[in-house]
Amino acid sequence: MDHGTVIEATKAVVTLDVALPGIIWGWMITLNMWAKSIGTGVILIGAFLLYRHKKEEMPNLRWMMPLISFIALNVFLLFTLLDLHQPLRMVNIFLHPHWTSAITVGAWMASLFTGLVTVMLAIGALDAFPDFARQNGLAKTLRGKSALYEKIFPFVVVLALPVTMYTAIIMAEASARELWAAPAELVQMLFAALMVGSASFILVSEKWSAEARRDLTLILALSVAFSFIMYMGEYFFSFKAAEVEATLAYVHSGGSYNTQFWAAMVLGYIIPFFIAMGSLKVENRTMLKFAAVTTFIGLYLAKSTWLEIPQMIPLS
Amino acid sequence: MKLGFLVDLNLCMGCKGCEIACKVENEVPLSSWRLRVKYIDIGTFPDNSRSFTPLRCNHCENAPCERICPVSALHYLDNGIVNIDSSRCIGCAGCMMACPYGAIYMDPESNTADKCTYCAHRIESGMMPACVVACPVEANIFGDVEDEKSFISRYIMEHQGDVQVRKPEKHTNPKHYYVGGGNQTLNPLAHERIEGYGLFNNITHLETLGDSHHSILERFTAPIFGGHNDHLKNESFVDMPNDADESHESHEEGGH
Repeated sequence: MDHGTVIEATKAVVTLDVALPGIIWGWMITLNMWAKSIGTGVILIGAFLLYRHKKEEMPNLRWMMPLISFIALNVFLLFTLLDLHQPLRMVNIFLHPHWTSAITVGAWMASLFTGLVTVMLAIGALDAFPDFARQNGLAKTLRGKSALYEKIFPFVVVLALPVTMYTAIIMAEASARELWAAPAELVQMLFAALMVGSASFILVSEKWSAEARRDLTLILALSVAFSFIMYMGEYFFSFKAAEVEATLAYVHSGGSYNTQFWAAMVLGYIIPFFIAMGSLKVENRTMLKFAAVTTFIGLYLAKSTWLEIPQMIPLS
Repeated sequence: MKLGFLVDLNLCMGCKGCEIACKVENEVPLSSWRLRVKYIDIGTFPDNSRSFTPLRCNHCENAPCERICPVSALHYLDNGIVNIDSSRCIGCAGCMMACPYGAIYMDPESNTADKCTYCAHRIESGMMPACVVACPVEANIFGDVEDEKSFISRYIMEHQGDVQVRKPEKHTNPKHYYVGGGNQTLNPLAHERIEGYGLFNNITHLETLGDSHHSILERFTAPIFGGHNDHLKNESFVDMPNDADESHESHEEGGH
């Protein structure tokens, strides 16, 4: 103890206790949420673009959308598994499911979602590259079932919404951390998916029509703006619960989380917003790609900060 | 039957006998605690006092840990105990994130979540929890809170107005009560943790969760091939050659 510390007469001080756990859910869970946002975001944005525009305006969308989603979902699933202290027992979620747990419901939905996206990727990629595995029996079968892609796509889009948002319910069930309020987190998860979904397509939309790219730019601008407003509201005005107030006071007082939070806001929200708004007037593809990259970085930092800060206050 | 616990903080003298009894009974590994006694100093010298607060699982009637557990490793027993089946636990740490009382830890030997079970194995055999037996001043009171004739029920009734639970606003309905507690002893935000509050060291936070010597790869291989530090488990110390006794003998032979 620092003997120079002045303690108020009414203040209680812990003089002997055990070491408390530090960060319980750390960077792997951050990466998990970040990758899942990409995996579901591209499906939601892709569905919107296909509703608004002709397929011919976005020639690579049919296979690029499930490809990005597939890669991101596998990163998400991999780090979900790696974060478990008994990863081989992951199978218990399927053998002994406990349906009040959002972890269980989410694992089942995410597994089904990944399976359907895998089928879409196989069909989409084989149709896009007709010379690939021409003699392979499975490839021939899948090419013959090309229409299946369009049949399962609506189910994938509907499923993308709960898969995007179920982590917010896990955070709500983690009732010890009052900073994570379900309504705010649900909306933030959805905005996160729209942000990185549009950012992903901005990086691969070189040959798309100007109208489709404009839609992507508009979605990026709006999603970062609304998400930023929510973060500001949560960061400055969530003081109704004592634990939230203590958490935010800890971050407001400075330190690495304070720096990380504002770096996230600048990179993930402020820079992309102004670049996207500028690109709506005069399109600048290079700057827009830069904005897409900073969106990815900023979202990761924001998720990391928001995940870790409530774990810093002692619970007992 | 609903088993509950009551700690009379007016009686507790902070001897940590309950903490040690719990450690021994349940073979709780180093750096982990199912039950701990926290010392809190209130006021400034000479107008100060020290309080001792034993902290353990609250066995909530509406337990957030049970709700979030994806595989029902945490489950209710008929007598109200929130029990844990370590063999089913996947180590997701969801329960650690959900418990408002910070009562769950990741066992560094088994890499699974664990916590106080009110010594469910002893209760089954008709015995009292180890911490109750060890308490020299009977500050730990355990029994059926639904039986109005039980000692704990009568104690609660006798101390009406002074019986509290931790964080009632969480609506977890804990079955663990305190008599003689105050905001400064029961509310973790009401007291300050100054760096170095540990008596023997300055470690305030654990750096790792679970087994710090296990790499991510070993989490996959250890259940099949065994861990590289199995020799450090509690049981292994029982079988260790007792060099201390031998040295003691030679020491005596030295004629001192």
